Amino acid sequence: MLPARFDYVAASSVEEAIAAKAEGGDEARILAGGQSLLPMMKLRFATPSKLVDINRIDGLDAIRSHNGHWHVGALVRHADIAASGAVSGAVASAAPWIADPLVRNLGTMCGSVAHCDPEGDWNSVLLATGAEVVAQGPSGRRTIAIGDFVQDFFTNSLAEDEMVVALHIPVPSGRSGGSYQKLERKVGDYATVGVAAHLELAADGTISAAGVAMTSVAPINRKATDAEALLVGNAPSVELFAEAGEAAAAAADPRDDVRGSARWKRRVVAAFTRRALTAAAEQAQA
Amino acid sequence: MEITININGTDHTADVEPRWLLVDHIRTGAGLTGTHIGCDTTSCGVCTVLVDGTPVKSCTMLAVQADGREVTTVEGLKSADGLHPIQQAFSDEHGLQCGFCTPAMMLVGAALIDENPAPSDDEVRWAISGNLCRCTGYMNIVKAIQAAAAAAASSNGDG
Repeated sequence: MLPARFDYVAASSVEEAIAAKAEGGDEARILAGGQSLLPMMKLRFATPSKLVDINRIDGLDAIRSHNGHWHVGALVRHADIAASGAVSGAVASAAPWIADPLVRNLGTMCGSVAHCDPEGDWNSVLLATGAEVVAQGPSGRRTIAIGDFVQDFFTNSLAEDEMVVALHIPVPSGRSGGSYQKLERKVGDYATVGVAAHLELAADGTISAAGVAMTSVAPINRKATDAEALLVGNAPSVELFAEAGEAAAAAADPRDDVRGSARWKRRVVAAFTRRALTAAAEQAQA
Repeated sequence: MEITININGTDHTADVEPRWLLVDHIRTGAGLTGTHIGCDTTSCGVCTVLVDGTPVKSCTMLAVQADGREVTTVEGLKSADGLHPIQQAFSDEHGLQCGFCTPAMMLVGAALIDENPAPSDDEVRWAISGNLCRCTGYMNIVKAIQAAAAAAASSNGDG
């Protein structure tokens, strides 16, 4: 299957890419890994008039640690993250479960985040860890909290003349841990349910910060804010995590589909939230 | 757009539309039909080729993206010395039934062995988890990849 015709620009700098994208207006798309965009174009779900290929731009393929954040460039592939010894917590936990090995070799974290597919795993991880998206436009860069970036089903808050150049993910520090739990029917399928959890512990062992976010169970990746509120200020326990699991299940809004009934998916959210929190607490207490 | 892709050691220059897929370019443009098209929706992995040594789905990459890169297809595995160890192992271990997924399985296996000279059962299964075999002949595929790894290791040891 061939995509519909489009103009193709291989940009050699971020500035050139932004200018080319701006020229194409809302029908222009950035091509990074292409592992979601090209399949959508082949099925004619997406028919951009222009593709701006950023794969030949230097300097976008590194993961750097700076000021307490991992800076993940726009050309860092899922496989790079999975192979990197530099990341930990929920990010390291999720990386091997993105799509399949072949897709991970080309697909990028920034591209997946910008795609805003509610069945994409990374946005849950970023919501749980409190990450930021770095967007660059003609007048410079701005950082956007992930909660403000993810607007709706396949909709982000980028302007037409902006592109995602990096993600800033807080490096877990002190007594902290994170985990991503994913149920998939087979490798490469969308998540039936995914839950990301991040915990930080105070000196007295109580939870000082908590992030919980869910994949595939709402129109967009959704933070389980009630569950987070329950956790903060309390000591980790089986009972607490079970209660947080129920709160997350209540916040989920799954649908009946080929992957299972809504009722069953809510139970999976409860169980996976409990498991993700347990794994996060074990790391934090280690 | 004029592009030049080095396929199996030979430069192929062609004028292609930007929307032309790498797999179409390999099969129709270069005439190398060992790379198969299965689902054409980024699911089955039978179109796998190595781009600069990394296995990717050639149905989900534009030909223009491969301009200036080195692509290895199943036809590129064989050398003047004969079959690649992975090809010999798939033959010896009966690592194929209908053969449709075999070029992709061998390329993924070859790339795995390059990185990990003695992959465990789980590591092989993990590596091929993006490639479907609808004959479900996975047992012998895993055996073949491990046999190829052992053969490559012993020949490296001899050399």
